[in-house]
Amino acid sequence: MLGKPRMPAYRITLNARTWVFEDLRALMACASPRRSGDELAGLAAQGDEQRVAARHVLADLPLRVFLEQPLVPYETDEVTRLILDTHAAAAFAPVAGFSVGQFRDWLLSYAATTEALAALAPGLTPEMVAAVSKLMRNQDLIAVAAKCRVVTAFRTTLGLPGRLACRLQPNHPTDDPLGIAASILDGLLFGMGDAVIGINPASDSVPDTIRLLQMLDELRLRYDIPMQSCVLAHVTNSLRAIERGAPLDLVFQSVAGSEAANRGFGVDLALLREGMDAAQSLKRGTVGGNVMYFETGQGSALSANAHHGVDQQTMEVRAYAVAREFSPLLVNTVVGFIGPEYLYDSKQIIRAGLEDHCCGKLMGLPMGVDVCYTNHAEADQDDMDTLMTLLANAGVNFVIAVPGADDVMLGYQSLSWHDVLGLRHLLELRPAPEFEAWLQRMELLDAQGRLAPPDAGLMQRMLA
Amino acid sequence: MTDDIAPDPYARLRAATPARIGLGRSGDGLPTRAVLEFQAAHSRARDAVHGRADFDTLAAALAPLPSLRVRSRVEDRAQYLRRPDLGRRLRESDLALLPRGDWDLAFVIADGLSAEAVNRHAAALVHETLHRLPGWRAAPVVLAEQARVALGDEVGEALGARLVAVLVGERPGLSVADSLGVYLTWEPRAGRADSERNCISNIHANGLSVARAADTLAWLLDEAQSRRVTGVGLKLEALSPPESPRPLAGEGEGRGFL
Repeated sequence: MLGKPRMPAYRITLNARTWVFEDLRALMACASPRRSGDELAGLAAQGDEQRVAARHVLADLPLRVFLEQPLVPYETDEVTRLILDTHAAAAFAPVAGFSVGQFRDWLLSYAATTEALAALAPGLTPEMVAAVSKLMRNQDLIAVAAKCRVVTAFRTTLGLPGRLACRLQPNHPTDDPLGIAASILDGLLFGMGDAVIGINPASDSVPDTIRLLQMLDELRLRYDIPMQSCVLAHVTNSLRAIERGAPLDLVFQSVAGSEAANRGFGVDLALLREGMDAAQSLKRGTVGGNVMYFETGQGSALSANAHHGVDQQTMEVRAYAVAREFSPLLVNTVVGFIGPEYLYDSKQIIRAGLEDHCCGKLMGLPMGVDVCYTNHAEADQDDMDTLMTLLANAGVNFVIAVPGADDVMLGYQSLSWHDVLGLRHLLELRPAPEFEAWLQRMELLDAQGRLAPPDAGLMQRMLA
Repeated sequence: MTDDIAPDPYARLRAATPARIGLGRSGDGLPTRAVLEFQAAHSRARDAVHGRADFDTLAAALAPLPSLRVRSRVEDRAQYLRRPDLGRRLRESDLALLPRGDWDLAFVIADGLSAEAVNRHAAALVHETLHRLPGWRAAPVVLAEQARVALGDEVGEALGARLVAVLVGERPGLSVADSLGVYLTWEPRAGRADSERNCISNIHANGLSVARAADTLAWLLDEAQSRRVTGVGLKLEALSPPESPRPLAGEGEGRGFL
């Protein structure tokens, strides 16, 4: 490891046993809830007592220690430089005297209002946020996230209170235009797509990206839908598509929490800025100008062997610092997608989903979650029901849905349209306002504003 | 059940995609039939992940080709799923089983994430490929338990083979639980990067047929031998698999199914 920062050892005696943590990274990793990725990396606590001992130490640590002791070296990592160089000391001032434990208590207190949390966000570093989340139970993660509000806009306005948006994900194994259109129409009939209609392309070529962008834009114009679309290609493909005049709304990119991990994705901060500038120059947004869409996920830094000995949840929150720099419209963790070597089972996936959402919101991100799992993880649709219901109560900006919860291109399971519709009705959450007005114009909503099962005549009109 | 909307306006669209569209609604929920069909597909995928490759039957199906069995350093499936590093390493005691020789090619059949894929397609693919490569000296086929792709590096190196082709069960999806993948590596040795391999994936009844996969593999093997390279150095647009569409998947290894 390059430039290993010098850190003091931490020591505590708990239940008549003495525990020593070699440095701040070890302390953070040991304080993390158990997960397979930290075990794979050899960073996890040896047992529950050590884990709780680490939390005791962490609770008494001053928040500002994270400004003084970078977990990833400043000299060799541009993400650390971004974090420290853009830290807003004035915004941090209200909590600057707190320990991590006091910070948790404050976050839960009535003093931490929606407005106070929004003002605080630029003063928080990922490491502070990750640290406090390690002291929070799932209930705390829900309660604190629910107080955060991050509103962004392009052609729809997302993150408003009482709303739950959805990315409609119409993937197809060969990018067949009719097949993709079929899934889009199916989803629109359920009121999905107000966050974005976002395709993971099977092909990585620029002409194919452009072809899909044109198809999506024609669909938008034909039905006059207030929506944004995205083809989730690499940022360089999006740049080339823009150069060739493609109707591109949002630039997508997967990002991670270290310079080396981002290099593994073929990006750096300069390239992301180039992508953002290019998309903004098109001025295609109507109600707002947020043009970036990022996906993240715990384990991505480790899988690129670029985690610098830091636990996967802290690395994940560092990815949010990357995202934050580009004022994105949408950010989501792909929480259960990365695989059981990082999040083994539904307990770990559910916890990580709540952590990612809460930490993203505290960082000031318009956070969504792909509530999902793969077939080699110990999880099923019942677990997704649990996580989506928790997240909707936590005020998640958007979730992702695919036909019948089955992504036939990426080979994993997310939510179905039905799931999201059920959540909206159960918790009285509505689609984004511009999109809701369109649903009304299309006569898809009943007198109570619910999206009732359509009659065959309407479906014939939509499908004609 | 309430999936009785007629006439079905989806008939035309269903033909265009394998996606689960037009499922109908029971209130806001999925109709019973759709729920059960989903569960049936998921259970098949789960069983494929947790099933055991039937290496005895495989060995018989490979005959008269000789075969031998090795294990990775993984103890059981739960550990296999958590510790990809151990699935890439050969059990030390099994190293002595591998006969060193002047082999052009070694086949490794690894259970990977789908025992069903290996049980169904692996022996046929080995036979069909060798049939297309007269004169090639192939090492005994190595049947590897709880194994990932990179285990082939250690096996190939120990055998002294110039090329190793690892046939591995791919992570099951709901629509396909028995998809086989092949990873080809020139001069296998521990520490080879994924960019130094060529991959053929999606080999199953409704995907790439065994015969077509054998055509591609034999072609790749020929090219690799004459150019003395695999991976990005051998990448031809027409034959290479698509890039991982969601690059967050683990380890830069395709979709994280290794």
